[in-house]
Amino acid sequence: MHKTWWKILGSVLVIYTAIAGLLLGVPRLPILNETIRNLYFHVPMWFAMIVLFSISVFYSVKSLSTKSEIDDIKAVESVNAGIVFGLLGLVTGAIWAKFTWGQFWSFDPKQNFAAISILLYFAYLILRNAIDEEQKRAKISAIYNIFAFPMMVVLLFVLPRLKDSLHPGNGGNPGFNSYDLDSRMRMVFYPACLGWILIGYWVYTIRFRIRSIENKQQHN
Amino acid sequence: MQLAKEVKYLIHKEVLLEWRSKYTINGVLLYVVSTIFTCYLSFVSLGDKLTWNALFWIIMLFASINGVSKSFLQETKGQQLYSYVLASPAAVLISKTVYNILLMLVLTTIALGFYTLVFDSFTPPDLLLYYVAVVLGSISFSTVFTMVSAIASKAGNGGMLMAILSFPIIIPVLILLIKLAKNAVDGLPWENSYDEIAMLLVVNVLMVATSLLLFPYLWRD
Repeated sequence: MHKTWWKILGSVLVIYTAIAGLLLGVPRLPILNETIRNLYFHVPMWFAMIVLFSISVFYSVKSLSTKSEIDDIKAVESVNAGIVFGLLGLVTGAIWAKFTWGQFWSFDPKQNFAAISILLYFAYLILRNAIDEEQKRAKISAIYNIFAFPMMVVLLFVLPRLKDSLHPGNGGNPGFNSYDLDSRMRMVFYPACLGWILIGYWVYTIRFRIRSIENKQQHN
Repeated sequence: MQLAKEVKYLIHKEVLLEWRSKYTINGVLLYVVSTIFTCYLSFVSLGDKLTWNALFWIIMLFASINGVSKSFLQETKGQQLYSYVLASPAAVLISKTVYNILLMLVLTTIALGFYTLVFDSFTPPDLLLYYVAVVLGSISFSTVFTMVSAIASKAGNGGMLMAILSFPIIIPVLILLIKLAKNAVDGLPWENSYDEIAMLLVVNVLMVATSLLLFPYLWRD
């Protein structure tokens, strides 16, 4: 039980946010209307992605000093899980944009930079495929991962603030903070973030276990 | 002190090697000039200055990928081993970066001159600010591409990997550069550009710091 409590917590929180996010009351705002509920499903994806990519960088740094294969597998599997969340974040954002901005892709800086930062991690995976030798692959891809991480931070958190964007929270558009008055949304938003981060971490641990079993079979 | 001496010596070696063959500088120069000329022939009917500005930076991007990627990809394994025996890895990286910055500065200055010559009406009203953008561009392209070319050369299979690995990293820098250059083309006062200049400097410091931290792990086989 002591090892599974966070999995149960994550599942309960995600189920709760799926139900409460769709049923509980939300403030009625022009243009946004009911699409404001997307906050519960779109934003947590990015939180989960950032957490998973940070885990990946942590293990990349670790694998450079320990040179252990386990750390390398952890780094790549957290990137694999993080990319899925990033793509889901893009898709949920694009669907929301269709109903509020009018198009799926309106060349908004936030959309573009998020897409580029996902490209960074696809490049990381392709770099891994390009190298056959295992130890060399672990080392070089870890270096690229650490090198790319600050750029991803710049892309996602710094650059969008320099440009005008339609995205809530940018360019004079109301962000989440202005809805903070409505504590009903907080009741769902914070559990949603925590729940999805836990689920993301769970996905990563499962993928890591599958991968290490496959590795063991290969060596035997 | 030892480091500074090594760096100085290595830069001298790079410049000397380049001076003897003059292959990279002439090759990339011809590449830039012919690309600019091709663009001139295809885009001369476009009257928009902002399109020409973006075009200039895209030409610079590809020219610098070609120029800078030579630094590690061109060297044989034996040559690399030799320099690592003689100097510390940090000295190797710093000397390559500085040499690439020098190379890119020469290159972009000539390219800018030729570009304004060909696209006659392009000449930005604030030429000094545009030149600041060009200098910052040369520095950032060199710092990013030197490290990426080191990674790509270690991975083998250089050319394609170089493009894949460096584009996502360089795009944010490129966006900032185009914005800064656009301010110069529009002739805005300098106060409007301080944000971009500061941001570019921060990104460069960040890139150099991470490169210096990571390179000692990279060069060993």
